[in-house]
Amino acid sequence: MADIKEPLIPKIGVVTDIRIDTPDVKTFRVVTPDGKKAFDHKPGQCAMLSIPGVGEAMFSITSSPTNTEFMEFSIKKCGCVTEWLHSMEVGQEITIRGPYGRPFPVDTEFAGHDMLFVAGGIGLAPLRSVINYCRHYRDRYGKIDIVYGSRSMQDLVDYKEIIDEWATDAGVEVHLTIDREQPEWDGHVGFVPNYVKELGFSTDKIAVLCGPPIMIKFTLAGLQELGFDKTQVYTTMELRMKCGIGKCGRCNIGAKYVCKDGPVFRFDEIDELPDEY
Amino acid sequence: MRKISLKKIDSLFSAIAENSVLYMPVDTKTGAKFEQWENGKELSDSLNTVRSAKDFFFPQTENLMDFKVEGKKIEVIDSRSETEDFVVFGVRACDVKSFDVLDKVFLAEPQDSYYKNRREHGVIMSLACTKPNETCFCTTFRIDAAEPAGDVVCYKTDDAFYMDAKTEKGKKLLSALEGITEAADDTAVTEQQKLTRERMSKLPLASLKADAFGNGKTKEFFDRPEWKELSESCLGCGTCTFVCPTCQCYDIKDFNTGHGVKRFRCWDSCMYSDFTKMSAGQPRLTQLERFRQRFMHKLVYFPTNNDGMFSCVGCGRCLAKCPIQMNIVKVMKKLGGNSNG
Amino acid sequence: MQEIKREVLVNKASELLKNGTVDRVFGWKKGEFDYDITPALFTTAEDIENEFVWGDFCGANFSKYLIKETGKSENKVLVFLKPCDTYSFNQLLTEHRFDREKVYAVGVPCNGMLDTGKIKSSAEGISKVTDNGDKVVIETLFDGEITLDRNELLPDRCLNCKSKKHVAYDELLGEDGAVLDSNRFDEVEKLEKMTPDERFAFWQNELSRCIRCNACRDVCPACTCEKCVFDNPNSGVENKAATNEFEEKMFHIIRAFHVAGRCTDCGECSRVCPQHIPLHLLNRKFIKDIDSFYGEYQAGAEVGSRAPIVNYTTEDIEPGDAVRRNENA
Repeated sequence: MADIKEPLIPKIGVVTDIRIDTPDVKTFRVVTPDGKKAFDHKPGQCAMLSIPGVGEAMFSITSSPTNTEFMEFSIKKCGCVTEWLHSMEVGQEITIRGPYGRPFPVDTEFAGHDMLFVAGGIGLAPLRSVINYCRHYRDRYGKIDIVYGSRSMQDLVDYKEIIDEWATDAGVEVHLTIDREQPEWDGHVGFVPNYVKELGFSTDKIAVLCGPPIMIKFTLAGLQELGFDKTQVYTTMELRMKCGIGKCGRCNIGAKYVCKDGPVFRFDEIDELPDEY
Repeated sequence: MRKISLKKIDSLFSAIAENSVLYMPVDTKTGAKFEQWENGKELSDSLNTVRSAKDFFFPQTENLMDFKVEGKKIEVIDSRSETEDFVVFGVRACDVKSFDVLDKVFLAEPQDSYYKNRREHGVIMSLACTKPNETCFCTTFRIDAAEPAGDVVCYKTDDAFYMDAKTEKGKKLLSALEGITEAADDTAVTEQQKLTRERMSKLPLASLKADAFGNGKTKEFFDRPEWKELSESCLGCGTCTFVCPTCQCYDIKDFNTGHGVKRFRCWDSCMYSDFTKMSAGQPRLTQLERFRQRFMHKLVYFPTNNDGMFSCVGCGRCLAKCPIQMNIVKVMKKLGGNSNG
Repeated sequence: MQEIKREVLVNKASELLKNGTVDRVFGWKKGEFDYDITPALFTTAEDIENEFVWGDFCGANFSKYLIKETGKSENKVLVFLKPCDTYSFNQLLTEHRFDREKVYAVGVPCNGMLDTGKIKSSAEGISKVTDNGDKVVIETLFDGEITLDRNELLPDRCLNCKSKKHVAYDELLGEDGAVLDSNRFDEVEKLEKMTPDERFAFWQNELSRCIRCNACRDVCPACTCEKCVFDNPNSGVENKAATNEFEEKMFHIIRAFHVAGRCTDCGECSRVCPQHIPLHLLNRKFIKDIDSFYGEYQAGAEVGSRAPIVNYTTEDIEPGDAVRRNENA
């Protein structure tokens, strides 16, 4: 019955590279067995990865669609499936299906605007795709500011790429912060929401937030204090998912399914949803 | 319309069963149940089956695929088998309507091919109700128990079965049965429908209205204080969801057989505490949130996403089966106000 | 018919609310039909006056609700307990599952509760059920009325009632009854007399109807784990549905083992099963075996009693003897 297209049946992916980002985050490079990208995606979309016998889980695709060779997933170790993924070696096959969800409106609402990306901890993973997309099509966007913070210097994901590539780009400014003082750190110390307010961005831009709920809450409040409207601020959400296609019934917030209607939402859209996430 | 004498009903069933597997409700000591027909099995006279008919298209468990895992290599094996032609006889109007609800979910893009295959291979011979139960409230959702949908609609009178094809699939089935059936006018059927509708109007829940709910009412009902009282004694079991013909939430799980991995799908319930639990947290912390989810989904979220269609068909199974006798009727009356009878 | 009238319970609840003994009352709330009765928490005398019911369909055992409810407030909650409920109440106290000081328990005599399933299988379209003592009149929507012996409509747990005596209460309404000589092990004996193949076929048939809704577990006063092994994804046995039919047997058999020695035989599991599986027979088999191996023991008869299977004595039966007994049977 190979002719029937079934969204729940995955493809095989091969892990060709594993990068240790932080003590609990690894980035996995995945291609098909014949060395190609498993499928095309847009920034902000997700994919279901699984290890047969262990389970399947949804992850945001960390690499940019402009990368034509492979996909990357930055994954924090926090449960059954992620623990298994972290124990993998290069050459391991996994299953992959997708892409799922509504992407960031990179070619419509974002086009032509200054961009402000705010991330905390592993929250950088979904933003890395859109940041690299904007960097790739640099002339389509105005100034890009990136505020990124983590518990410690060691917990900053993609640190090398941030320093070597992002910070050296023209028109891209990177603002890093860590929660507590560290001897080897000479950058900013403090929580992300406060740092955003200190930096005091002008309101003529689009902001994209991703991080722990508490960071989102206070960053949004800070941006509103600076004069941002909710229609200028986007985020990407995460709830438990099984199907990825709006059928299994568990990732809804009100009438919206995060897997299908999200994961990307604008804050004025979130206002329309009941408070259950 | 075609008819066959009740005395010859077995010849009808055996003629159908010649070409496809035939299922119908039969009586057991614990209530009516859909079973495969074979000579000697009699059609149940019960109003409805204990379990709904959703199993035919969305079974409680089904194998989605197999995996062969060898070292670092994985092979996906498509082991589907849902391509057998079958006929389901005796489906009531509420259960037939539940297929429309399930279609909205499983046949929305991207389509679920397991469900779709079964839908394509199944022929529904519905059966008009004549004697509704006190727990019936299909009329609330504008379902006519006397005139169900389906591929072939059947009416059972005191002496005969009347059959009317409504779809191409139904016409094909009926024309294959022309040798043993005879043409009939609809006098007896119309008479029966009149009586049934009269009975429907006298049911205790006949005046229940769903008008207060529907498309776009999320904010109106989500924070209502009554949810606390309504959900107070809910046990958090899955009985209501599992007997419900329209509940379609599922889980996907892997099972290591020792010779390979089976990935199966099984019914899940929003009433269960682990339904939305993630390593990162739990958006529905108490039974109140889970209980609210189930009823908001049926009465508000589903209609919001499906042009006002409710995902309840008024079959009354949850009224009969909830261990603590809490159900959608009580929720509708409590939240919908006095206008709901 | 219940010997104590609704008014007596309503007055008692109102009195205890008004004099401040309690600020919440567990009771049964009327619904759409005579049998459609929901366990509920009342907080005002007015709600009690309007919605509290007491009668033949008040089977729900409130003991387990006390765990959650007593954790919510420092004030006392009133609970009405039928004789069988008091055994669950005591058993939960033995297991330190709630604070006795936060409960005011009122014992209510019980004449047996009617089985909705039996009523529904004897008539369709139930519009009214009237209990005249020995006879029950069932009025229907379209078939007139039928009159049946009340005994025909009792569930197994009430037909084989083990005790009309309340083993726990602060106050008792009416006269207390006695521990009864019940025939509750007759059905178990029937199963024991079967050949292993017959017995396997019996349970195979019964358990094949299981839909894994977990109602039996969720209602069971002995099932009070914070996290059930069957809900724990790391347990290796977590499952909502059968990967094969063995799963269902495993679920029920493990559950029966887990409540062995603690099950008071309240019968709630069988009452709530939507598929009418006689689950109580599994538990009764354990009770009967415990009785025959270690001497008669009724879980919940007194607070703090040690169940024989968690209480080693030098007189305990040798495991080998237990096995051989089964061989001889």
